[in-house]
Amino acid sequence: MPERRRKKLGEEQLQRIIDLCKSIEERSTDPFLVDLDDVISIIRKYFPEWKSLDEFSLDAEAVNRLASVIKLQSDWVKHRSTSMYTDPFLLEEKIRKLNKDEIIDFFLKAWHPVIELEQISPYSLGKAIEYWQSLLPLDERWQKTQGIATDLGVTTREELTRQKILMEKAFTEELEALWEELKSKVGAEGRIRYWDFVGVDSYEETLQRAYLTSFLVTYGYATLEIYRLEEEMFIRPFEKPVSMVGKKQAVSVPVSISFEEWKKWKNHLQN
Amino acid sequence: MEKPSAKLKRKALYSRKLKRAAHLLFYKRHRKPGVKGWELKQSLGSDYPKVLRLLDSYLERLDLQVNTVFEGEKPAKQPTLAQLDKARFYVTLRGTIPPKETKLCGWRIDDIAGLAMAIAYIISKKGKAPRDEVEELLRDKLPGWRVDINIDRYLRAGYLAEDENALLYLDWRTRAEVDEKALVDLLLGVESAKAT
Repeated sequence: MPERRRKKLGEEQLQRIIDLCKSIEERSTDPFLVDLDDVISIIRKYFPEWKSLDEFSLDAEAVNRLASVIKLQSDWVKHRSTSMYTDPFLLEEKIRKLNKDEIIDFFLKAWHPVIELEQISPYSLGKAIEYWQSLLPLDERWQKTQGIATDLGVTTREELTRQKILMEKAFTEELEALWEELKSKVGAEGRIRYWDFVGVDSYEETLQRAYLTSFLVTYGYATLEIYRLEEEMFIRPFEKPVSMVGKKQAVSVPVSISFEEWKKWKNHLQN
Repeated sequence: MEKPSAKLKRKALYSRKLKRAAHLLFYKRHRKPGVKGWELKQSLGSDYPKVLRLLDSYLERLDLQVNTVFEGEKPAKQPTLAQLDKARFYVTLRGTIPPKETKLCGWRIDDIAGLAMAIAYIISKKGKAPRDEVEELLRDKLPGWRVDINIDRYLRAGYLAEDENALLYLDWRTRAEVDEKALVDLLLGVESAKAT
């Protein structure tokens, strides 16, 4: 059989398996209608034929659906072993044979209706009257609200910055300023200890610098050099931003900037 | 030994809690009747299971009971406090309704028979059955135009629930009111009862 024809046949078979499993899941029919050995042998038979992503997706869906049917089979076996299991055909037969009075008689022996009362109390009546009296007539409530006129004024850039509506510098400006600072601090070695660069007098500012530094590395302005055994981490700036897209697999390096870490660094600096 | 005054105080405390529990359980506070365990805990304190036991024994004289419906399967052993907190509590009839009193519930005999058939059929199908199968079963004994109306009525009352695949399930009211095992046993025992 030509390969194309064989593939088409395989796809049709997988689709049929998916539909069968789906109908069993949705219609709640007997999951043992699926012959597992047969279905698995079909999936296995066509598996070497698949080359494209779509074909593998179809294969994966068929396996996934089959797994759901196996779960249903397991649930079915568990249910059959409980005292609540009743043969549906037997019960259906019995129900069909019974007359209305007999069914009613049996149902009433197993039925214990809920007792529920609905009654208004003098307290809730009083509250309701109070509410009604305070309620404005509809024509008053639905009146269009007039806007309150206020004088127009002007604001300043400083005020907007203070309210965090505007930033002092654009993000890229801030990033480039930090890059320049990094370049000036590294000296002849061309690198600086990570904490010596991000660490400053206040913890909040340290956090801000660490946040921006992470972007310096992500955007290719600098790179991190990590010495795990020595537990040392350096940051090395590049002369020009280097794009890493497509060159190397990107990795994320989590760096803890906890308050304790910052204090440790500060104490170390003072000593 | 407990002092008489302490004993009296405790008695008065539980008497108040008993009244509060009765109010909470009898009067419908939400769309559905009944109260969740955590609501009772909030209102009565962490010893609410004890208060409910006291109320249950008091209601026995009136042929009523405090019925507990657990989330999911009924625990095989003594339920934990966490399971009780998530459970819903109702006051239901302890005994059963004699057939001549059935009309007091506001349901026609046909409606109750159809409900019994639907519930029994769904139980036999492991708790869910396609709506069209249930309709076909009811159509055997009820006029076609009533079948749809009746199923909608069972859905509205909370006896049955329906999902987007038109599968019918047993809903909260059936779990609260119907002793499913007793119903199936009675239905299955009908042949042998007739034979004897």
